[in-house]
Amino acid sequence: MNADFTAEELEFQKDVKAFLEAEFPSDIKHKVDNGIALEKDDYVRWQKILHKKGWAAPNWPVEYGGTGWTPTQKYIFAMEMGLYGAMEPVAFGMKMVAPVIYSFGNEEQKQRFLPDILASNVWWCQGYSEPNAGSDLASLKTTAVRDGDHYVVNGTKTWTTLGQHADWIFCLVRTDSTVKKQEGISFLLIDMKTPGITVSPIVLLDGEPEVNEVYFDNVRVPAENLIGEENKGWTYAKVLLTHERTNIAQVPNSKLRLRRLRKIAGETADGFGGTLLDDPVFAGKLAEVEIQITALEFAELRTLAAVSVGKAPGPESSILKVVGTEASQFIDELYMEVAAYHSMPHVKDQFTEGFDGEHVGLGSLAASADKYFNHRKKSIYGGSNEVQKNIISKAVLGL
Amino acid sequence: MDFSYSEEQQMLQDSVQKFVASQYDFETRCAVLEKAGGFDKANWELFAELGWLTVPFKEEDGGFSGSAVDLMVVMEEFGKGLVVEPFLATAVLSGGLVAALGSDEQKGEVLAAIMEGKLQLATAFAEADSRYNLASVATTAAKSGDNYVLNGDKVVVLNAPNAQQLIVTARTSGEKLDRDGISAFLVDSQSEGVSMRSYVTVDGQQAAEVHLQDVSVAASNRLGAEGQVLPVLEDVMNQATVAICSEAVGAMDSLLAKTVEYAKTRKQFGVPIGTFQALQHRMAEMFIDCQLARSIVIMAAMKLDNDESADEKAKAVSAAKSQVGRAIRKVGQEAVQIHGGIAVTDELDVGHYFKRVTAIEHQFGTTDYHTRRYASLA
Repeated sequence: MNADFTAEELEFQKDVKAFLEAEFPSDIKHKVDNGIALEKDDYVRWQKILHKKGWAAPNWPVEYGGTGWTPTQKYIFAMEMGLYGAMEPVAFGMKMVAPVIYSFGNEEQKQRFLPDILASNVWWCQGYSEPNAGSDLASLKTTAVRDGDHYVVNGTKTWTTLGQHADWIFCLVRTDSTVKKQEGISFLLIDMKTPGITVSPIVLLDGEPEVNEVYFDNVRVPAENLIGEENKGWTYAKVLLTHERTNIAQVPNSKLRLRRLRKIAGETADGFGGTLLDDPVFAGKLAEVEIQITALEFAELRTLAAVSVGKAPGPESSILKVVGTEASQFIDELYMEVAAYHSMPHVKDQFTEGFDGEHVGLGSLAASADKYFNHRKKSIYGGSNEVQKNIISKAVLGL
Repeated sequence: MDFSYSEEQQMLQDSVQKFVASQYDFETRCAVLEKAGGFDKANWELFAELGWLTVPFKEEDGGFSGSAVDLMVVMEEFGKGLVVEPFLATAVLSGGLVAALGSDEQKGEVLAAIMEGKLQLATAFAEADSRYNLASVATTAAKSGDNYVLNGDKVVVLNAPNAQQLIVTARTSGEKLDRDGISAFLVDSQSEGVSMRSYVTVDGQQAAEVHLQDVSVAASNRLGAEGQVLPVLEDVMNQATVAICSEAVGAMDSLLAKTVEYAKTRKQFGVPIGTFQALQHRMAEMFIDCQLARSIVIMAAMKLDNDESADEKAKAVSAAKSQVGRAIRKVGQEAVQIHGGIAVTDELDVGHYFKRVTAIEHQFGTTDYHTRRYASLA
């Protein structure tokens, strides 16, 4: 049993660190380090830098622009990126629709869509959830009716992150209402500029319109935008899910945040002449979540090791989702706790670019409440933690 | 042994409940928050008319009773309705301090005005590095003839943007953490040298950072004896802490009711999600947490109304804030989780209840702070 990096892997780790120091734009780093909101352009710019290096798509097959890395190298890359604070490319294009296109699309679709995803020329959003299809996604009702060379799409999608920025949307749509619900779903790519599409922002608890409802009113979609076969969309989506498990635990981000938290806590007055790290209860809670992240990290490594010998990541990866999200949410609580009274002010312009005033309270803690409230979504999205426990119960424990 | 409400308490409860039910639905509340000052002046006048503003004050001061249990009754209903009017800041905390510290003349000027709905106040006690220790005071008050000159910075002063008068704790002697040497002053918010950076809090309240730069205050505006205010401040804080615990109890009851209602109606996989035993058990746990929270708040309110020692009262209040804080976390998070994505949106009231109880957790001391205080007194 061995968890050490080889000499080559250590070299690779050095290369990644050097690349980040040299190439991650300093203005974006400043924003990331100071909790300033990122713009679309920041993501586009950084992804283009990654793309130029050939490192934008570690998980893609080499023939489509992937890096050809081993699972350990992918892990090292994700870890160094996360610890540096460098953003991963937006997942909807790179990690969600692209694997479906290169796995199940035809040549024309691959050539048409993949290069623009890789270069961040085209942004995608996800049309899965509906107001009445959350955990029970397969009960979705947005219909796609074939009419000559087109599908006519009608329905409503919700929780569409980045809908206001996206150029295209990939949708699970119902093409057969007579069969078992999973067997009547198709995977359709839709241009957001198609007439009949309306995007309506949904404001979350932090006051930001992060997600949207997307209405489809007789939207005519060329039939050539269907991926694979009609009524096989659910299968494609499921296959995608089992391969999309890297980073779902968000270990690097949690480690980064814990490091920062520990530093801040050591500089935060406890009101009695010491710092918060002198408070055994706080220090204990911090230690507990650090320990949990360590356990999670090794759970993730074990999953990766299994993948590297050809095994598919199994339902045990539900562990990564449940624990990763709950640990991350607990870290949000600790940040609020450190901020104490200063978790309360809601001064939005502190987090916008160009703000040069004084922060209310410590700048690095100022958004702690917003994050806590917004991140309650983590245990809900991506397959709620309840659904993940169902998967463990059925698929792992055989209950 | 009797835990039922008296006839007067019942009337008080009915009165606030009726107001909330008929005039304070969620949409109305959203509109109230948009008003100048972040609350509805007409509501405040109504509170005065209905006598609610007299509840925190003793009969001898012209009030209803000053009883912690009576206050609990009102605050719980405010919590259920997510009422934003600054009852706590003006009447309970600031009014309470004037009632406990003030001379007859000071009380005469201020308390009647509060009860008639004519005066808004805010109490500035917390500082950037005081965290929840009331004794940690770096703001200074230097005697200068018939005046005191105040210098310092206070943080997250609730209702400061609306306040005509500020009550400011400042040190007239001693070192930063000394229990002795803390004084309190009534400061006109328009005084020269007082500047504020106002903002809205995450749960929609008005607050400000208050900077005091050579603020001259007449000695006649000092509240209570010089340098001896801390025990009284702690006493009034105990009252205010039980008050927000009651508010949290009301808010959590609403969260539970809404969660159960949602679980009964939301269908996925062909059935209401409330039929899933896993969720039923979690809602049962929310119920248990709510009931324990109510129970301990009743205990603490009763203790405050009895002739107990300062330590006994502090212990009871810390027990309450600690227990209620634990409940806030569980009930709040579970309510959001069981509702799913819609509770993370601004549009649904559930998220706003969650934000309010979370704010309460961080006010006047967190769960851990109070568990520690209890332990130190146990």
